[in-house]
Amino acid sequence: MSLFRSGAIAAVFLFSPAVHAQGTATPASILSGENAFNPAISLILTGQYADLSQDPDEYTIGGFLAGGEHGHGFGPGERGFGLGRTELAISANIDPFFRGEAYITFDSHGGVEIEQGYVTTLGLPYGATARFGRYLSGIGYVNEQHEDFWDFVDAPLAYKALLGTQYRHDGVQLKWIAPTDLFIEFGIEGGRGLGFPASEESMKNGFSSGAAYVHFGGDVGDSHSWRAGGAHLRTRANERENQNADLNDPDEFAEFAFTGKSRVWVADFVWKWAPLGNPSVRNFIFQAEYIHRKEKGELAYDDTAGSNALGQLEDDFRASQSGWYAQAVYQFMPRWRVGVRYDRVDSGTVAYGAPVLADYQPERKTAMIDFSPSEFSRFRLQYARDESRPNLPDTQIYLQYIVSVGAHGAHRF
Amino acid sequence: MRNLILFLAALAVSSAVHAAPLRVFSCEPEWTALIREIAADRVNIYTATTGRQDVHKIQPRPSLLAAARRADLVVCTGADFEVGWLPVLLRQAGNPRIQPGGPGYIEAAMLVDRIDIPERLDRAEGDLHPQGNPHVQLDARNIVPIARVLTERLGQLDSANRVFFEQRLADFSARWNAAIPRWESRAAPLRGVAVIQHEMDFNYLTHWLGMQNVAMLEPKAGLPPTAAHLASLLEQQAREPAKVIVRAPYQDARASQWLSERTQVPAVALPTTIGGTSAAKDLFSLFDDAIDRLLAAAGN
Repeated sequence: MSLFRSGAIAAVFLFSPAVHAQGTATPASILSGENAFNPAISLILTGQYADLSQDPDEYTIGGFLAGGEHGHGFGPGERGFGLGRTELAISANIDPFFRGEAYITFDSHGGVEIEQGYVTTLGLPYGATARFGRYLSGIGYVNEQHEDFWDFVDAPLAYKALLGTQYRHDGVQLKWIAPTDLFIEFGIEGGRGLGFPASEESMKNGFSSGAAYVHFGGDVGDSHSWRAGGAHLRTRANERENQNADLNDPDEFAEFAFTGKSRVWVADFVWKWAPLGNPSVRNFIFQAEYIHRKEKGELAYDDTAGSNALGQLEDDFRASQSGWYAQAVYQFMPRWRVGVRYDRVDSGTVAYGAPVLADYQPERKTAMIDFSPSEFSRFRLQYARDESRPNLPDTQIYLQYIVSVGAHGAHRF
Repeated sequence: MRNLILFLAALAVSSAVHAAPLRVFSCEPEWTALIREIAADRVNIYTATTGRQDVHKIQPRPSLLAAARRADLVVCTGADFEVGWLPVLLRQAGNPRIQPGGPGYIEAAMLVDRIDIPERLDRAEGDLHPQGNPHVQLDARNIVPIARVLTERLGQLDSANRVFFEQRLADFSARWNAAIPRWESRAAPLRGVAVIQHEMDFNYLTHWLGMQNVAMLEPKAGLPPTAAHLASLLEQQAREPAKVIVRAPYQDARASQWLSERTQVPAVALPTTIGGTSAAKDLFSLFDDAIDRLLAAAGN
């Protein structure tokens, strides 16, 4: 970061000799040689101790076709001590027109993933910014937040059940900010949906997933600020496979494969309070989101490995399901924050030839306290009572650390 | 690509012949005040922060993004002071006029000599600023050199008002250069006075006035005061007594009050910028008030 900033200053000095004459500070910190163009690099290290009363390998969200292949961040994680994900972030301006950023994650079992890798325009006028590559979709509020910025160890239940934890695109995104005092931002994006509720393989040319959203925001006095938004996402799935508890034999799993379309609506709201706009001693954040998803298509069902009550079925499938959460986080003194969160999702209405999904309203109550010795390190203790699984309440206790090495990360609203 | 370049060049030219008043995005109130001295009401200014905010720690609120999107000129302290929010704001604003390196972007701290440039860059030393201490506005001798660059840039972006800006600069510089020796003689009793600061916010002021920084309430820059560190300051106070404990209005008062109660050394909140105290209404009263408060507290 600092190298690039000094590079930018150097440019001012070069192009404006008058400025150079005024400025008494010689840019001595500007390095020469090939490593002067090193990008900003930061590394996020995370890890946790987890105490889970139910077997995390059998985690499901009752009433939902959720989580694909029990992907990253879907379940409650592993019991005992474990390394969280390690994230390497590299970013720099490419040339006067583009900036490149990559977020590469390593899971504790050696898996490596390009979580995000995208190029953003630098010089588009009239409030427009374009992005292409792999990126977190701008729908909702938590969706675009990196995991290490979350106020709790895990994602809201509604995101897990309806959006596969975080929704990403391989594609293009265009954002536009209106020239108004009130913050108004529109975004459209499209491409291939990566993961749930889309299926991973691309099955056609053109766009298989697209989203549109709008965000509004502003201040109320010096101490309050807010943002509200609405979004719509459309995806297609082709044999999107997942396992879920067999309704007729909860100890076994049934196999599902969905082919069809998903339509998702998201509403989000965030309100922040900091006395006189100064969050360093005390501050408060309230956020809430509502997600509604409709799916329509064909569902293949197979419980031959479990109860074999229904065997193999294939029929038209329609579902209308929803979920929401609300959370509040209060920093009561420097370094210390407490937070509570309530999650509820609703299996809604499901039309299928036979009853294969439970009629269930999973809920979860979470409380956390975290301590941040500096801007670059945080320790968190979290307690949750998770009723994602019918009749199997899970008591989850986490002790987590998140630290950042290297370039000063950006704050985020 | 070539078309894009032509397009951007055309845009840069068109923004230079703006008919409407120039829109300035000022990161801190001291730069707003300085631009007002030069441009009076012939520019629109949005100020991103107040004198009661810890600028280093604020978040890129939606309102800031809306303001940056329409700005013709960004004037900030720089030197990594706004590193947590300004770069992301500039990238997301969709506004090529205010990008670093172009005429619409000024970092004031980079225009003058900076102090406290770390010899060793290591986060174990706290939240360091590799470019040096950014709080340059508190050395009154830095103001005119920065004002000259601001005037030149404002005149470049709004050539119709160039002469007006230059006249105002000449008038301001004369008044300011007359005020500096007045402040210096008034602050003469402060020369050599030992001071404990909350962090390093007042180093330019103490450096200018010849005061002596003996300790910091924060154990390392950016880390809140700890009980153990305050206890060590209590011990240090017995060996080499300080005469005043200073903090900025946005810094937690408890640490300086705790030390003040135990050492009988007066603790005082000084404005770092306009609006930090009710008396600091413009650049002149900012220095009047800061020096008055120091004199009152240091018992001279």
